[in-house]
Amino acid sequence: MAKSKIEGDKGLNARMFVTGLALVILYVIIITVLLQVGVQLGFVIVIAGALIFSQYFFSDKIAMFSMHAHEVTPEQEPKLHQIVDRLCLLADMEKPRVGVAETDMPNAFATGRSPKHAVICATRGLMSRLSDEELEAVLAHELSHVAHRDVAIMTIASGVGMLAGLVSRIALWSTVLSGGGRGKSGQQLVLLELLTFVLSIVIYVIAFLLTMALSRYRELAADRSGAILIGKPSVLASALVHITGDMGKIPRTDLRKAEGMNAFFFAPALASNTAASLFSTHPSLEKRLDQLNKLERELNG
Amino acid sequence: MGLRDALWGRTKQVAPKLDALFALPSAALTLETELDLVPSGNAGLCFKAGSGETELTTDDEIIQLLNFDDTSGKVSITTDDLGFKWLVVTDPALDGLVTRIHGANTSMVEHGLGPRLLCAVFGFVPKTPPGDGSVRLVYLLKQGTFYPFAPTGPSQRDNELELRVRSFIGDDLPMEKNLARWMALWNLPVT
Repeated sequence: MAKSKIEGDKGLNARMFVTGLALVILYVIIITVLLQVGVQLGFVIVIAGALIFSQYFFSDKIAMFSMHAHEVTPEQEPKLHQIVDRLCLLADMEKPRVGVAETDMPNAFATGRSPKHAVICATRGLMSRLSDEELEAVLAHELSHVAHRDVAIMTIASGVGMLAGLVSRIALWSTVLSGGGRGKSGQQLVLLELLTFVLSIVIYVIAFLLTMALSRYRELAADRSGAILIGKPSVLASALVHITGDMGKIPRTDLRKAEGMNAFFFAPALASNTAASLFSTHPSLEKRLDQLNKLERELNG
Repeated sequence: MGLRDALWGRTKQVAPKLDALFALPSAALTLETELDLVPSGNAGLCFKAGSGETELTTDDEIIQLLNFDDTSGKVSITTDDLGFKWLVVTDPALDGLVTRIHGANTSMVEHGLGPRLLCAVFGFVPKTPPGDGSVRLVYLLKQGTFYPFAPTGPSQRDNELELRVRSFIGDDLPMEKNLARWMALWNLPVT
């Protein structure tokens, strides 16, 4: 992977390192609390480990399934494959599998635990909305996720958050049912219960916020690398404007066809979008455009 | 749909809302001053072709019904590639178009065709030819709301222009707030 020519960003790296470090410290705190409370350590770790492992190992299948995406051959989607081929050549990385999701929501995602198992996927709505150049920019962003091994990193990071959530529950029950309460008065027991509960909630919230922050940094890093790869940050910026916000909500579906799916004009024709959840872990559009503008000046200034 | 209708499994047929149509001429003025768009002289009423129910089975019968006062302009009926019928009205004056579309709506409702009506479309074109491209204002009869539709190709639309149209005429017309309902009408017979 060291071969990839996608350049790094030092400031971003530093911030990511701090976020990652904070997550590790949190991890240590969780284990300490866990032992203090007297939970069966092995039990917690086995469950959390199994969950994280399956999420990591089947990430490509889970993401493809939840987005209703399917893999496509170069014959089925020649243009998409061509763009990915060209970008992989540019970045000197292995070509991931290519998929398409049959939905009108404009979105793209990369998944898979390692660059070898990666799948890069675009929705039908993305392809119909963007020009070839803009599509290339979005795919460059997704390829950067593959090169940065973001699936693995985010799985580990969110795994810590998951562990925190698990601890909060188990810690609560263990204090109520056994362990910590022995030999103490009822009042003390209640206090202890309350304390572990509050503490675990706080830990969970912090873990969640840190994971989100880490995710946003990784998005900015992918924006940056993707923009540098194609050499035109402004194209990625225009693609972002076209697919996020109001413009992304306007459908390509025909009114006359949509009408057929409804039982005749009674309900809105479109289901709530599945893509919004993917965007929630993303930095604001302004922040991303800001970075791309700066990059544009650096590259052309 | 009310609770009782839900319980009994009935669906009430929604009557078309027509009042907002008359606000169109003032919105057209705004479109002309702000975006240099003028009425194209074409409007259309889209409805689902059905069978039975009424005596109106042929295009001629429908035209006969709708040609209430043939002073100016033309009325024709076309069927699009999705099997929907379009009543296309040509009249250089927007007031005339609005009156005709409104009249057509009313008489179709009277003849029991109300539930079949899908939308009304009014065409707007740039005043000076090398302009921004044309825009259609689509009126959703069941919702009583308008939205702009600016196709630029067989399945491409100019979202930027559409949002600009909304920002200018949002005060004049009841615009469809839910952008997911701004459905496309590809290859429509109204210019």
